[in-house]
Amino acid sequence: MTEPVKPALIKTERLIKRFGDITAVNGISLNVARGEVLGFLGPNGAGKSTTMKMITGFLEPDEGRVLIGGTDMHARPLEAKRRIGYLPEGAPAYGDMTPRTFLRFVAEIRGFDGSDRDRKVEVAGEKTGLHGVMDQRVETLSKGYKRRVGLAQAILHDPEILILDEPTDGLDPNQKYHVRSLIEEMAADKAIVVSTHILEEVEAVCTRAVIIDRGRVVADGTAEELQKRLPYHNAVTVDVPEAASGPAEAVLKGLANVSGVEEVARLNGHVQFRALASGHREIVAEVASALRDKSITVDQIYVERGRLDDVFREITTHDTHAERRAGNVIGQANNGGAGA
Amino acid sequence: MRNVWIIAKREFAGYFNTALAFVFVVIFVALTSAFAFYVGNLFGRGQADLYPFFQYHPWLYLMLVPAVAMRLWAEERKSGTIELLMTLPIAPWQAIVGKFLAAWAFIGVALVLTFPIWITVNMLGNPDNGVILASYIGSFLMAGAYLSIGSFISALTKNQVIAFIVSALICFLFIMAGLNLVLGFFREWAPAFIVSGLESMSFLSHFDQITRGLIGLPSVIFYLSMIAFFLFANTLAVEQKKAE
Repeated sequence: MTEPVKPALIKTERLIKRFGDITAVNGISLNVARGEVLGFLGPNGAGKSTTMKMITGFLEPDEGRVLIGGTDMHARPLEAKRRIGYLPEGAPAYGDMTPRTFLRFVAEIRGFDGSDRDRKVEVAGEKTGLHGVMDQRVETLSKGYKRRVGLAQAILHDPEILILDEPTDGLDPNQKYHVRSLIEEMAADKAIVVSTHILEEVEAVCTRAVIIDRGRVVADGTAEELQKRLPYHNAVTVDVPEAASGPAEAVLKGLANVSGVEEVARLNGHVQFRALASGHREIVAEVASALRDKSITVDQIYVERGRLDDVFREITTHDTHAERRAGNVIGQANNGGAGA
Repeated sequence: MRNVWIIAKREFAGYFNTALAFVFVVIFVALTSAFAFYVGNLFGRGQADLYPFFQYHPWLYLMLVPAVAMRLWAEERKSGTIELLMTLPIAPWQAIVGKFLAAWAFIGVALVLTFPIWITVNMLGNPDNGVILASYIGSFLMAGAYLSIGSFISALTKNQVIAFIVSALICFLFIMAGLNLVLGFFREWAPAFIVSGLESMSFLSHFDQITRGLIGLPSVIFYLSMIAFFLFANTLAVEQKKAE
């Protein structure tokens, strides 16, 4: 693919974690380089949080290892943990402290003292929009503010690596927007992993998405690469008057790069056709000019990209097929979907 | 050591963030004094010493110390802050020792606040202040041993009530190990070394010696090694249970 060989700041090698009989994480290998924002997706219970807990050193993997900027988390945990900022699921914080005293505590543990400490606290509080509540007890704060306290704690020491477990969960749209822009701001010189359920978030902030299901990676690629996995990616949908529907269909079927034509809807004297692009090629120009050549009026024409939601659903609902798919899905994503 | 200090400082300040701390100190001072005067008959004995005061400490600590210890780890686990704590660049033992020291210091504050009773006996007579000082030190050490047990148990559960009851029960066993009632039962059939081993494990026998003015090295070592042992167990418990 396009990316040059960048040293991975976060590297996990075939992580396995079992809880009793349940294998929560089953061989997850990830590489996240500086400048990357990795969207970590998966249904509830897929192993997202468990994986993040292993990356941050809270849990020991049963097998495999975690390398943080080359440092083995198991062998030298303190050195590795120093480089990570972590927002655990649910953003836990000491309820009886205020954001200020709490952040001071974290700053001291992170090795800052005196005015240096207070400055770090001030900056982190400002970045996450905590001014105004800095001296209120955490337990009295709203969910949104609590989440921000957790975020402030994670970015306080300006770490190279940020692991954020559902950073926008429970936030209102404005707060979500704020957190996303904060992530975008920091993205350039950090390796960031964000777990989320919200797929448009992945499209908005992530440079890459990994979908995991039942402890395995089932897809890995940019949002676009994942969309290419949908049959109708780059398909062209045209809206023509009913009178012209016959010739229009014939024209579409006659095009070399159209692998199939579906009638999507028939409504108010209009017919909607969808021309599927063979090999996900860009066919919109071809379709438009062919229709124009035949003087067929087109009321609407647009390209289908495919929604990440659909990709997600497709990948994670094929219960019994999921495991068999795991291998070739990754292969496909890495090929950039060129041949699919 | 720096990290231990930071943890201890946060934890200690935490006690005073809530009214609970003041309630505890008041109850502590009131109970220890009430037992000394009403049950121990401090005045009626006509002796200028604090033996009736210290005599009841092992029993009062049975309730008071687990009450302080129960939240140490159970709360961290329940609220999820343990995940935060254990992903900060500190070693688990630093967190455990830090939290323990804060709680111990807190009990120490409560103990120091019983000083009026010391002044009282000095005004009424001429007590052996050396013995009283030794007793205070012994009482503090004993509280530390109770606390280390409580801290360990607290790491095994998310439920503070369970932590309280189980710690109190275990501390109770350590007290009972020194009573003739229990020792007599073992003397019937067990070899002598077991009986004396059992007796030497008792909080009561060690504390009794100290309050009678014999602050022997073995007793100090006993309490300190109890603390070390249970804090070590505490570390294992936290590692094992943190993610549950």
